[in-house]
Amino acid sequence: MKLARVDWALGAVLAVMIVGASACGSSSSSKPSSAGLPSKIGAGEGQLYLVAWEGYTQPEWVKPFEKSTGCVVHSKYAGSSDEMVTLMRQNGGGQYDMVSASGDASLRLIDGGDVAPVNVALVPEWKNFIPQLQSPSHNTVNGTHYGISLQWGPNTLLYNTKSVKPAPTSWAEIYSPKYKGEITVPDNPIQIADAALYLSKTQPSLGIEDPYELTERQLDAAVELLKKQHPYIKKYWSLASDEIELFKNGDAVIGAAWPYQYSTLVADHVPVKQIIPEQGATGWADTWMLSAHAKDPNCAYKWVNWVSSPKVQAEQAISYGETPVNTKACPIMEELSKGSCVTYHANAPASYFDSIKFWKTPVAKCDNGRSECEDYSVWQQKWTEVTG
Amino acid sequence: MAAEAIAASSTARSRVSAALFRRPWLRAVLLLSAPGAWFVLIYLAALVLLFVSALWRVDPLSGNLVHTFTLENFETLVKTPVYRTIALRTLGIAAAVTVTDVVLAVPFAIFAARLASKRLQGFLFVAVLIPLWSSYLVRVFAWRLILAKDGILNWFLVKVGIGAANIGYTNWAMWIVFSYIWLPFMILPVWSAVERVPESVIEASGDLGARSGRTFRSIVLPMILPGIAAGSIFTFSLTLGDFITPTLVGGASSQMIGNVVYQNVGVANNVPFAAAFATVPLVIMGLYLTAARKLGAFEAL
Repeated sequence: MKLARVDWALGAVLAVMIVGASACGSSSSSKPSSAGLPSKIGAGEGQLYLVAWEGYTQPEWVKPFEKSTGCVVHSKYAGSSDEMVTLMRQNGGGQYDMVSASGDASLRLIDGGDVAPVNVALVPEWKNFIPQLQSPSHNTVNGTHYGISLQWGPNTLLYNTKSVKPAPTSWAEIYSPKYKGEITVPDNPIQIADAALYLSKTQPSLGIEDPYELTERQLDAAVELLKKQHPYIKKYWSLASDEIELFKNGDAVIGAAWPYQYSTLVADHVPVKQIIPEQGATGWADTWMLSAHAKDPNCAYKWVNWVSSPKVQAEQAISYGETPVNTKACPIMEELSKGSCVTYHANAPASYFDSIKFWKTPVAKCDNGRSECEDYSVWQQKWTEVTG
Repeated sequence: MAAEAIAASSTARSRVSAALFRRPWLRAVLLLSAPGAWFVLIYLAALVLLFVSALWRVDPLSGNLVHTFTLENFETLVKTPVYRTIALRTLGIAAAVTVTDVVLAVPFAIFAARLASKRLQGFLFVAVLIPLWSSYLVRVFAWRLILAKDGILNWFLVKVGIGAANIGYTNWAMWIVFSYIWLPFMILPVWSAVERVPESVIEASGDLGARSGRTFRSIVLPMILPGIAAGSIFTFSLTLGDFITPTLVGGASSQMIGNVVYQNVGVANNVPFAAAFATVPLVIMGLYLTAARKLGAFEAL
C-alpha cells in the first residue's frame, strides 16, 4: 500500500515532466507582405507586437496610446542586440511588428532583409529631429529609411556612493582588483568596444581610433584586458533588471550600466551615481524599425508617430534617462521635471553627440577600405571565451 | 428487435474480446500504438533533427541556415578550450548535486520508511512533494534573495557571529540551489527502495550479530542501490540540461552547457552549433544510463 503510493507519485512526477517537455515546442506561420511604401496610415489592426529594450514601453505612454488608437501593445524585452536580431528572425520573422534596434543591430536587420523601408513623410515630427539622427547611416541606406530614430545616450559607469570611495572618474576602476567580486558588466559582445575605448586612451601605442573597428592585434589586446577583468566580476548581467537587483542587494557596487538602471535605483532610494568617465563612453542611438513581415503595419505607424511626439519623447527621456531625438521635447521636459532638459542633454550642442562612440556592428571592412578588421562573429566567439 | 440488437452487439463484443484474448500481440499493438506513435514522431524525430542540424551551419551575414554537410561545429567544440571547460564544469556540478542529494535522501528515506509513525509518514510525504507544486522559477528567485549579500543567510551568519558568507552568484550558490530543487526526485525512488527491503532480512542481520552500521552497509545499501541509481538519473540529467538556475543564481564563471545552447538559439541564432553542443549531454547521459542499467536502476522504476 505504502509502496504503491510512492510509485504512483513517481509516475505522476514523470508524467508532468513529459507533458511539460512536449508542450515546449510551438510554431507559427507567417506570410511575408509586399514591401511597397504606404502613402497613408490606414485603420489600426487592434494589436501591436514589439521587441523593445527594458523600460521602452512604460504604461505612462503605452496606456494613452492604446486608448487613443485601439492598438493593444504586446511587448517583449530583449537583453541584447543579438537577442533582438534573433527575435526578429525567429519563425520566419512574422512574430513581431517592430523592434527598438540599436545601431549595432539595425544594419544586420537591414542586410538580412528582416526590416522594411518606412515612409518618413507619414511621421510629421521627423522634421523636428536633430539633424544627425534624421537619416543616420545606421538606419538609412542609400537614401532609403529603414526606421525612425527614437532616443540616444551613453553607457555609463554606475556606482554605489556608500561603498565606492573616492568617487571614480575613470573606467580603470572596473578593470582593477580594487572592487574585486563587486563589479558587474553587461553580458554582451559589444562590451569589447568598451575595453577598446579604454585602451585607446590608456595604451595609445595600439592605435585604436574606432572601438568598433579593431584589427586582430587590437582585438586581442581588448580581450586580454577583459580576461584579466574576469576574476573581478561578480556577474555578467543580461537584463537591466538583473543589474538593478545586484545593486539593490549589495552584491555589486560598481559596473557598466544604462541610465535606466540608474533612474530605477534612484527611485528605489539606493545610493547610486552614474558618470561618463574621463575616457569617454560608448553609447546607443535607437531606431524603431518595421518588420518586413509585419502583420500590423498601421498600428506600427501610429506607434512611431506616438513615440516621436514631443510629449512622449519627453516622458521617455525622463523615465529612462536618455536624450530625445525630437528637439521640441526640451520645453516639455522642463515642465515635467525642472532642469531635466539640461540633465539629459536634450539641448546639448553637436559636440556632445560627437563625443559618444555609438554602437555599430563590427564588420570586416574597416573605414580605410581594407579588410583587416575583425567582424562581429569573431567578437561573439571572443566574448564566449571571456565569459565561459 | 431491440433485444436482437443487444444480443448482436454483445456477441460482437465478446468476439472482439475473444480475439484479443487469443492474440496477445494484438493487445500489445492496440495498447502501444498511441504512445509508440508519440515516441517515434515527437521524440525520435526531434532527436534525428537535432543530429542532422548539428551538421549544418549558419551563414554569418544573413543568419540563414546553410543545408550543407559540415563537421565545422564539432570541430569548434573540440578545438575551443572554453567549451571543454564549460562541459567539464557542467559535469562536475551535476555529479556534485547528485552526490549531495544521495547523502541527504538516504537517511531521510530510511527514517521516513522505517522509523516514522504512520501519521508522520503522511506528513513527510506531503512535505517532499509540496515544493513541486510551486513554480521552479519562484523557488530559484527565492534562493537568489536568500543568498544575496544583504540576504537572510548573511544576516543570520552575522547575527550568530560567523560572518558573512557571500556565496550569492557563485558556483556554490548553483550547487545549493540545484541540490534543493532536485532533492524530491532523489527521495521518492530511494524511499520506495527502502520500503522494499523486507523487515525480516534486517532482523536476521541483527540476530547474526551485525550492528546497525554493518547492517546498513551489507544489507540495506546494496538493496537500495537501484533506487539510488534511479534517483541519480533524475538529479544528474536535470542538472545537466538546466540553464535557468545558472542564469539566475550563477556568477561570472557559471556558464553551463544549457546556457551555451540557449544563447546560441535565443541570442546568437546559431541553431546548428547549439545542436552540436546539445549532443554532449546526450552522449554523457547515454553512458550514464548504460552504467545505471548495470546497477539495476531500471528495476526500481
